Amino acid sequence: MSASSTNAHGSVKSYVTGLVLSLILTIIPFAVVMSGAFSVLATVIVIAVTAVLQILVQLVMFMHMSTKADEGWNLMSFVFTLTILVLVVGGSLWIMQHLHLNMMIG
Amino acid sequence: MSTDTLNHSSHHPVEHEEEHHDASGTKLFGFWVYLMSDLVIFGSLFATYAVLMKGTAGGPTGADIFELPLILFGTFALLISSFTFGMGVLAMHANRVGQVKVWLIITFLLGLCFLGMEVYEFQHLIHEGYGPDRSGFLSAFFTLVGTHGLHVTFGMIWILVMLVQLYTKGLNDMTRPRILCLSLFWHFLDIVWICVFSFVYLMGVL
Repeated sequence: MSASSTNAHGSVKSYVTGLVLSLILTIIPFAVVMSGAFSVLATVIVIAVTAVLQILVQLVMFMHMSTKADEGWNLMSFVFTLTILVLVVGGSLWIMQHLHLNMMIG
Repeated sequence: MSTDTLNHSSHHPVEHEEEHHDASGTKLFGFWVYLMSDLVIFGSLFATYAVLMKGTAGGPTGADIFELPLILFGTFALLISSFTFGMGVLAMHANRVGQVKVWLIITFLLGLCFLGMEVYEFQHLIHEGYGPDRSGFLSAFFTLVGTHGLHVTFGMIWILVMLVQLYTKGLNDMTRPRILCLSLFWHFLDIVWICVFSFVYLMGVL
């Protein structure tokens, strides 16, 4: 019981871990971009992976999102929102890309 | 473990605490749903930016105008402010009002650093003639980053309001859920900024 209550509120340790991980996951893509040592594709992959990892770190360490909090409704609404986002962002890009190509040809 | 002992010795206070926790939990979940809807707003602004990114109309591209070291400074300020707010929430759970105030003030100042960076960047770009009217790319850029900046501004106003309430009311059933909601709001803005930093700035200069 006490373990779950510390999870819900977090602890100094979890916040420090979150901060250190966030800073590292910010510096890595920044250094990769500034050095220009990798190809564009590799750089894009590094940026995307570190961004997703960092978002997860913040959601879990700072916002305490878990399957247990509020019987998982926080997580459920987040997953639902992600689905909407994939449709909106992915769909927009898909449609506009095709429109762009068609305009070029026509 | 310690809660179990509490349960046996005094049943009523624990029950009361759980009821109270439920009401606060409902408020927090309601606020969480608001944040999710805000996420959809940012999602559509990101989609707009992604579509208009190449539309520079002969004007500057991201690589020409983004000053990454400056943006990194702002990003660090915001990341650390998220941490200091977390410390404030821990202090609140430990019933240390004085510490909560100090952490909130530090968070406010770090937010101010971030906002100062953004205002400087915007003012600099507009001064150079690269305002939101220059191209589709810059319109989308100013809208996306500006909307985030507005959120941070309102978050900072909210921090000031909470500081005033902490001085007048102290920590009670009214102010505690408000600080928790504000902490969620602040962490949320941090997450949105990570997306802006990664997908707008870092990928913009490639």
